[in-house]
Amino acid sequence: MAETTLMQPKAAPGTIPGLRGIAADWASDQRAFKNVSWGKAMMWIFLLSDTFIFSCFLLSYMTARMSTTVPWPNPSEVFALNIGSKHIPLILIAIMTFVLISSSGTMAMAVNFGYRHDRVRTAALMLATAAFGATFVGMQAFEWTKLIMEGVRPWGNPWGAPQFGACFFMITGFHGTHVTIGVIFLIAIARKVLRGDFDRERRGFFTSRKGYYEIVEITGLYWHFVDLVWVFIFAFFYLW
Amino acid sequence: MTNAAVHVEGQAAQHALHAYAHDAVASGATHAAGQQHPIKLYLVVWGWLFVLSTCSYLVDYFGIHGHLRWSLILLFMVLKAGLIVAVFMHMAWERLALAYAILLPPVLVLVFVAIMVFESGYTHLLRSIFFAATA
Repeated sequence: MAETTLMQPKAAPGTIPGLRGIAADWASDQRAFKNVSWGKAMMWIFLLSDTFIFSCFLLSYMTARMSTTVPWPNPSEVFALNIGSKHIPLILIAIMTFVLISSSGTMAMAVNFGYRHDRVRTAALMLATAAFGATFVGMQAFEWTKLIMEGVRPWGNPWGAPQFGACFFMITGFHGTHVTIGVIFLIAIARKVLRGDFDRERRGFFTSRKGYYEIVEITGLYWHFVDLVWVFIFAFFYLW
Repeated sequence: MTNAAVHVEGQAAQHALHAYAHDAVASGATHAAGQQHPIKLYLVVWGWLFVLSTCSYLVDYFGIHGHLRWSLILLFMVLKAGLIVAVFMHMAWERLALAYAILLPPVLVLVFVAIMVFESGYTHLLRSIFFAATA
């Protein structure tokens, strides 16, 4: 009986759809999220709190950029690369964006195959997602190295407002950390999927609870969130 | 008296059950187990994300400036974020109790944005007045 709330429960008979459902669900004097398991609800709530963390970073960046009297370095030039003999603005960041979007696509497919209990495809797609994520972190390491060699520091840089470095390292560093944690998370869950833990209801060594394919979707939620944050960083930090 | 009450209650329960059954039939095709949707939907959204990212990159590549640049960047950003949350994160199929609980609080960040816009305007003014000579 206690296990039933671990799985994705069906909406109970008599739940009200639409806007009236919001009031009914929250006032039901029971669990407010009727057909969402605790694992998924908690991931969403964690992501909400993470949203506020990244909002604060982007807000402090906005405040620094709006209040400085020194011109802000032009990101289009700072992140330009010379490929062959061509000088292409912002190209590395564009490639990183496409890599991360590709990883989101493979993740969405992995969730789909997970619910069809297609172990091999789910694990393969999750590992592909992890590979895209690792590529992204590698490119970020390259970008950091390049900027540090050019003299960017948290307290100054050769092109303009000294706050540029602090904002850049803080925001992209925190995002890169999230991607790295996501890659580890993906590999761990892909291993469990491949081993068939969720088909044989094997208990986890730490929680001693049975796992379900829903964990693939929960991992996916985290991964898509990382992509989502990049959408905002790309718009506000690199393009603005 | 009690008989009548039981009868009414029974009817209500039956009605609710019927509504639930109807709901299950309507969404049964996609909700067999967890969030299952056709692969094609994911591929279409994936394609759109690529198109929108290319568009936002082209804004920079062609060096569009001023209000047009900012509105284009924001437009592509909001569309991409919307697609990711609605389809990839399945928010479009969740009950509204969850969707509103998660999506409304971040909107309040805009209040914080407004406060910090005023604050940085004030800081900028002070810096221009008192540090203009050294800047």
